[in-house]
Amino acid sequence: MSEFQTSHTLKDRIQIALNDDFLRNAVKFTTERLRKNKQAATEELGNWEEWRARGQEIRSHTIANLDYYLSLFVKNARAAGCYVHFAATAQEAVDITLKIMEAKQAKSVVKSKSMVSEEVHINHFLQKNGIEVVETDLGEYIIQLAGETPSHIIIPAIHKNKEQVAELLSREAGKPLPADTAVLAGFARSKLREKFLQADIGITGCNFGIAETGSIVLFSNEGNARMVSTLPKTHITMMGMERIIPSLEDLEVMAQLLPRAATGQKLTVYMSVISGPKRLDDLDGPEELHIIILDNGRSNQLGDPEFQEVLHCIRCGACLNACPVYRHIGGHAYGGVYSGPIGAVLTPLLQEDKKTWGELANASSLCGACYEACPVKIPLHDMLVYIRRRNVEEGLPPKSEKWGMNAFKKIASHHKRFRLAMKAARWSQKFLAGTDGITARIGPLKGWNMYRIAPKIANRSFRDSWDHLNQELQQEKADISSVQSRLKEMLAKRGEKDES
Amino acid sequence: MRVSLFITCLCDAIYPQVGEAMARLLNRYGIRLDFPESQTCCGQPPFNTGYWDAAKESAKTMIRAFAESDFVIAPSGSCVGMIHHHYPTLFKDDPEWLKKARHLIEKTYEFSQFLVHVLDIQDVGATFPHKVTYHPSCHGSRLLGVKEEPYTLLSHVRGCELIPLPFAEDCCGFGGTFSVKLPDVSGAMVCEKVRHITETKAEVLVGLDMACLMNIACRLQHEGKTIRVMHLAELLYEGVKQNA
Repeated sequence: MSEFQTSHTLKDRIQIALNDDFLRNAVKFTTERLRKNKQAATEELGNWEEWRARGQEIRSHTIANLDYYLSLFVKNARAAGCYVHFAATAQEAVDITLKIMEAKQAKSVVKSKSMVSEEVHINHFLQKNGIEVVETDLGEYIIQLAGETPSHIIIPAIHKNKEQVAELLSREAGKPLPADTAVLAGFARSKLREKFLQADIGITGCNFGIAETGSIVLFSNEGNARMVSTLPKTHITMMGMERIIPSLEDLEVMAQLLPRAATGQKLTVYMSVISGPKRLDDLDGPEELHIIILDNGRSNQLGDPEFQEVLHCIRCGACLNACPVYRHIGGHAYGGVYSGPIGAVLTPLLQEDKKTWGELANASSLCGACYEACPVKIPLHDMLVYIRRRNVEEGLPPKSEKWGMNAFKKIASHHKRFRLAMKAARWSQKFLAGTDGITARIGPLKGWNMYRIAPKIANRSFRDSWDHLNQELQQEKADISSVQSRLKEMLAKRGEKDES
Repeated sequence: MRVSLFITCLCDAIYPQVGEAMARLLNRYGIRLDFPESQTCCGQPPFNTGYWDAAKESAKTMIRAFAESDFVIAPSGSCVGMIHHHYPTLFKDDPEWLKKARHLIEKTYEFSQFLVHVLDIQDVGATFPHKVTYHPSCHGSRLLGVKEEPYTLLSHVRGCELIPLPFAEDCCGFGGTFSVKLPDVSGAMVCEKVRHITETKAEVLVGLDMACLMNIACRLQHEGKTIRVMHLAELLYEGVKQNA
């Protein structure tokens, strides 16, 4: 168990991350590279804003009509020969999986990267039942060996550098391996090859479910998802209920948006569109294909005007790469399965324990980089504020914050009190401030002044100097005619707009 | 024609010289600013922290204060962004105040927006012979869409050498109560911002938002660095004064 898993507050976990230079450097290095790649890939495509708008439209239409498209997907998947299961909770998804394991008398499972399977902690339950689970995505394999959880939606081992990876794989190899990407990947490939061939069951996630055909779509870069979904006799796909898109035509748009936003690739290296299990004349493929569709708090967001859009997410991780908070603390500090801005929104929404998870919404300066990066335009920066408001409504923040905000309400609701408060602050800073500012680390300045010297209230506020300044300005001469006519023109335009 | 100054609480209390620079600069174009005394704060601190009741009270003082104004201008993309982007949300269930909020929105501009788009001014005739770097504040550029305007104005300042800021679009780490609640992450962010600013070797850091500039200036001061921090209005006015 890592330090992160045993620390229960956001602040504690942040502290661990900030003290880990390896982590911070590794995360910075990779997110910077991804941002640069993304920029190049979106410029190369051209009209990125129009692509985003199209993506938003598709997701918005689908989620607004999810009941229709989900049942269409299920109908078509069943017609193609799939077994489709619904899991209302994580526990139900686990139970369904274990039942399939039992029916197949499965002893070993290979997996390709899937965030939903992380969400239900399937590995833990399979291992508890004596079933061997091997992650076959290289990044997932690395963190499995390290006994950790993913710290990024698409780059699970983003927090590890090459040397740390070499150390982990050397332990597995029983001999020292050099910190050389080709050697390390080569070792993993040969090791995993055996596992693919032995496994009874393959578990994958699902990037998209196509309603009109009942197909599941997998994006991968290493080809492992293709092995997992074809070699074992049974294939289980786990998907969130919101993964649906209406048609293959819509997939064309998503196939542009997702890889470009995620890693700056023009296309994902492997894209599998799987429509049912192996047919009579097929050369390969699983004999049985099970699709487990997970709710686990998602349907609670449907119909909620503030949060429904969180279901539009296509799990590309672009918001993580753009986020300056994530850049400094990495994914584990968020404490949940999903990290970064999307995690700070999704986790408090999906988890029933608001008291523990609500504070995640504070892990943002509300800079809006997440929204700007999102290929389907989810207003994450606004949602973070909505969650904060909900936290306040549920009485979660500390009393001191409530008192502070009550005081603000009094002060800012009338200018006389506002002026008085400034005066009081000016008076009290006499005891705190030096000539250049306030260095005392007290009250709200406790943490602030660890890194800064706080400014002083001005000797005269603007409102106190206004009368004098205004008199001076009235005496200055100026050419008034040109701007006055310009302003009148602008006002007239506004009037026209109002009438139309 | 009534063009009113929305000073913002931060400039009112800590940086009154920014308001003065705006007023003096605009006065040269014959715009005699009006200052409604009943204004307080846009309400962003409680809004972003989740205390919407307090934010509403504050917002109402603003809406009342500027009811008679034809134009409202402010030296902050963030506070103007609050009005434009969040007032409709704040009053979504209150048709009467929503209507009033919309009136305020259509006449409210950030300083550089007002100069470039309303007054159609690109060159204020300033001279400022210094190395300058510009930090685009997040709310101004992302919420309000003020991206090119400051560059337009700065590019016409004689003698001003504008040096690109690496990772310019990354947040400085202020985020209002964020910097109080999670001071160590905020601190890490502002330290990095200051490192990038220092790398440019600029003598002056300029921006459109005193909250972000305060955060950065306070860090610069903590590190004992002497880079001057200015609002664009201050820089332009100083450059104009020099010419006169």
